[in-house]
Amino acid sequence: MMVLVSYDVSFEDPSGKKRLRRIAKVCENFGQRVQYSVFECVVDPVQWTAFRDRLLKEYDEEKDSLRFYFMGKNWQRRVEHHGVGEIYDPENDALIL
Amino acid sequence: MKKLLNTLYVTSQGSYLFKDGECVVIRLEDGSKKRFPVHVLDGVVCFGNVICSPFLLGHCAEKGLAVSFLTERGRYLASVHGPQGGNVLLRREQYRKADDEESSATTARSIVAGKVANSRAVLRRCLRDYAERVDAQRLQGAIGVLDGCAHRLKTPVSLDEARGLEGLAANTYFGVFGELILKKGPGFSFTGRTRRPPLDNVNCLLSFVYTLLAHDIRSAIEAVGLDPQAGFLHRDRPGRPGLALDIMEEFRSFLADRLVLSLINRGEVGEKGFTVKESGAVFMDEDTRKAVLVAWQKRKADEVVHPFLKERISMGLAFHLQARLMARYIRGDLEGYPPFFWK
Repeated sequence: MMVLVSYDVSFEDPSGKKRLRRIAKVCENFGQRVQYSVFECVVDPVQWTAFRDRLLKEYDEEKDSLRFYFMGKNWQRRVEHHGVGEIYDPENDALIL
Repeated sequence: MKKLLNTLYVTSQGSYLFKDGECVVIRLEDGSKKRFPVHVLDGVVCFGNVICSPFLLGHCAEKGLAVSFLTERGRYLASVHGPQGGNVLLRREQYRKADDEESSATTARSIVAGKVANSRAVLRRCLRDYAERVDAQRLQGAIGVLDGCAHRLKTPVSLDEARGLEGLAANTYFGVFGELILKKGPGFSFTGRTRRPPLDNVNCLLSFVYTLLAHDIRSAIEAVGLDPQAGFLHRDRPGRPGLALDIMEEFRSFLADRLVLSLINRGEVGEKGFTVKESGAVFMDEDTRKAVLVAWQKRKADEVVHPFLKERISMGLAFHLQARLMARYIRGDLEGYPPFFWK
């Protein structure tokens, strides 16, 4: 399934930068960065549980926000892209570099 | 149920692959980077001068990703795997079965039966679809010979007989394979199978697709914990993945050969994409190779109904299912090995 993860990390205190970096790192391990703080992640339920768990450990409940959008299995027809950015479909594109 | 994952093909010369967190990162020669999370991949195939960091190789081995190295032209060089995994009892049983002439003959018979049936189905399909454009009589003749082989394989045969029938079937099939190429002209004429090196465009395409098929089947075999080197029809020879070649037999005609045919017949590859070296060996250029890789990935995603399990699966998963059926047969849970029949 496809999960869209987006986050907003507060920079109010000095530890904000660190949290942002760590959250981004976790997201990179599971998906593809499509915009600065938006990730598209193709995961199975087991991977999702682990992923979610790690994100919830890194963020600060008081200051940051995390949003998850569940796009399901047939997500391809629910997504449109315009403008810059090279994005691949991890399930169907032939990954040739 | 296992999901069909993507394979990463790296053809850019001078690129460097390394691990960052859970990702495979590719640094191309111009300095740009691309990253792919490991869990969306089931293999990495590197062509030519591509360097992988040892930590990436270790990580891939641990996660069960097959990493293969091929020359830029697609000749197989090496693959990397981690510590031998799987079930040693299963492998021991595989060696016992491979050592035993009689059970090798039984398995070889199933494998050859699968190959013959699928080759015949390819010829029949062509005859049905393009009756006016092909030499129907020659194809009919070949189908007749293959029918004969299939008939002989209905009763037990010795290992040598099985191998003889395999050879006869292959010769007959490749004898008329040129008929299936509807795009006539000198660029894609086919007179017979040549390899190491391939001497014409069609053979060049065939060899390349067979290498891709071998990579996928080998990793499927390793994933179920069998030894890809100990085959039944293909006897032991150092460095030869006998069992992978065995399981390949049933897939060659309807998967690999038909892919090559549709690439040619639909004009997705052109004569200009090939060059002949002084030695007579034929090579394809980068664009042609990419076209083949794209088509191969697409074909693997096509859905079929598995003839034995009666389930809808993607073609690429069929390799894994066949490897698993082979393991079940070796373990004794199945009475015979059920090859993949294409209808």
